[in-house]
Amino acid sequence: MSVTKYESQLREPLVNGNKTYGQVTHDIVHTIEAKPTRLWYIGFYISVALLMFGAYSVYREVVYGIGQWNVNRTIGWGWDITNFVWWVGIGHAGTLISAILLLFRQGWRTGVNRAAEAMTIFAVMCAGQFPIFHMGRVWMAFFTLPYPNTRGPLWPNFNSPLLWDVFAISTYFTVSLLFWYSGLLPDFATIRDRAKTKLRKRLYGLASFGWSGSTKHWQRHESLSLVLAGLSTPLVLSVHTIVSFDFATSVVPGWHTTIFPPYFVAGAIFSGFAMVQTLMLILRKVMGLQDYITLGHIEAMNKVIVLTGSIVGCAYLTELFMAWYSQVPFEQDIFFKYRIAGPYGWSYWLMMTCNVISPQLFWSRKLRRNVLFTFIMSIIVNIGMWFERFVIIVSSLYRDYLPSSWSIYYRPTIWEIGFYVGTFGLFFTCFFLFAKYFPVIAIAEIKYVLKTNGESFKNEMAELESKNVDEFIHEMHHDHHEEGTVKVTHH
Amino acid sequence: MALKKFVVGCFEDEKVLFPAVEKVRKAGYKFHDIYTPFPVHGLDKAMGLRDTSIHTAGFLFGMIGTTTAVTFMTWVFTKDWPVNIGGKPNFALPAWIPITFELTVLCAAVGMVLTFCYICQLAPFLKRHHFHPRATDDLFVMVIECSEKANEEELKSFLGSVGAQEVNTQVAEEGWWIGKYDEEQELYKEPNIA
Repeated sequence: MSVTKYESQLREPLVNGNKTYGQVTHDIVHTIEAKPTRLWYIGFYISVALLMFGAYSVYREVVYGIGQWNVNRTIGWGWDITNFVWWVGIGHAGTLISAILLLFRQGWRTGVNRAAEAMTIFAVMCAGQFPIFHMGRVWMAFFTLPYPNTRGPLWPNFNSPLLWDVFAISTYFTVSLLFWYSGLLPDFATIRDRAKTKLRKRLYGLASFGWSGSTKHWQRHESLSLVLAGLSTPLVLSVHTIVSFDFATSVVPGWHTTIFPPYFVAGAIFSGFAMVQTLMLILRKVMGLQDYITLGHIEAMNKVIVLTGSIVGCAYLTELFMAWYSQVPFEQDIFFKYRIAGPYGWSYWLMMTCNVISPQLFWSRKLRRNVLFTFIMSIIVNIGMWFERFVIIVSSLYRDYLPSSWSIYYRPTIWEIGFYVGTFGLFFTCFFLFAKYFPVIAIAEIKYVLKTNGESFKNEMAELESKNVDEFIHEMHHDHHEEGTVKVTHH
Repeated sequence: MALKKFVVGCFEDEKVLFPAVEKVRKAGYKFHDIYTPFPVHGLDKAMGLRDTSIHTAGFLFGMIGTTTAVTFMTWVFTKDWPVNIGGKPNFALPAWIPITFELTVLCAAVGMVLTFCYICQLAPFLKRHHFHPRATDDLFVMVIECSEKANEEELKSFLGSVGAQEVNTQVAEEGWWIGKYDEEQELYKEPNIA
């Protein structure tokens, strides 16, 4: 068994410490079985408080109308859509980790995929609030659905990017949820079978759908995960492409560009990975999961951050170049007079510093493996990416084609801010509940990589590597022979 | 409820499990199943299970999504309520690609998960007999049904000889029933790690 899969010593083990399967189960499940800590309660109550403030802000918007916000002509999209795009973008990293890295056979995804996927689901839940409440008359939100109605029937406009959004976001949420939950079934069964209280046994028994671990079920489960990953991969690219179409199909200067889809997707993955870092660094520290979310994992994610950050940087420069090269005066004015300069110039340069310049520090291996630096950087990147959306939306809207409809300086009201803060509350309330009651690391998947990529395997391989070639080959054949799965001819 | 008699052998290591699987097959016994805590690659082949064709279901459901989206939007915009939008064609296929794609993915994913739950018979409120509580933790649990050809005592000693650490006989219901885990399954006594 030991040499059936060769892994270079240059690759770090994915699981540190010489763990057995039982230890893996215990390490991940024991926090679920223990009482919540005081720190957990503090964090949870703060989140719920933020959520309540958000709920009140939304209540005011629903009762008194959109006038509770400072969005106005011509800045019809302000913080709300900025937040929408920001949250959707954050969600993308979870799908990238769980789906795209699965297709690329990146073993390190197993340590972080469960929590990252949870982050995706919660982030999409937060994102969805903004366009829904921005409708103003939120009780009419179901008008976006194509159902037979008494108004004709009058159908929604299938040519509109805003309707594409409805389909994209709801599909994205549903598929992510299914992918996540199907992966959770075996882990719920693990918790169920070692439950020591009746309530836990009942609830996890319910949640595990009667999972038994049958070989046939596992075979289908693996096939299901692979196909869902294959479906999610183009899906995640399509979702932010469609979000970028909200802008790109308009005729607003600064929005009307074909670079938007790849630029938005790269930005989404960039900000999403930053959020994954923020959450993982806290999670591994608080829950003692350093053996599963190793420095190697953190470094791998930082590499993705520096890559996508550089792509985003290229996109910013390309936009500037194309504005000049197009020789369209409106485009040139938007970029050179009102975006990099003008009253909102500060937000442009904040974005540039946070998204393009600061991630370049991750070219240094030392900094990539520095936990504190990574944590600070992950926050900086998320601030930068929020400002990217703010810059795109506001700086294109406040100076339009007609100088008569130019707007005054836009600043949000407390209820606009409250709505945003409230989604943080929603996100972290969900995440705290997830961290307490769900296996934050995919237990079965870790066990699957344990014998091939765990530290004990690495040591075994190091021993083998120190031998000379003849001995190595002999041992390899001997091993297979014992196993009886591979026929070997001895010379 | 048809109760059946099973001989259960538990293995702690894949290195022992794989040769044992081969020996069981050679001896002519038929597996009821092998329960593992994680997907053990190659075990399905070793047991002689055929490949799953669940991905075909995904493809078919996806195609249903594609056709639904295209035909519905075509019907709405060319037959039911044609709208003149700046003189553009009513049959605007390029503009429908996003929704068509999303519906394809949605139908494929939902359909496939439902198919998976159906063919594996998984649903909330379902209860099964689990042969060993550690089958979802760290044991590979091989279950063979007793029959005329497979005598209980013979099977037990055979499983012991191929390396099973723990061998026992259990009389159990084969399929699922509606039930509650806390009432029908024993609570776990001691953690397996001291």
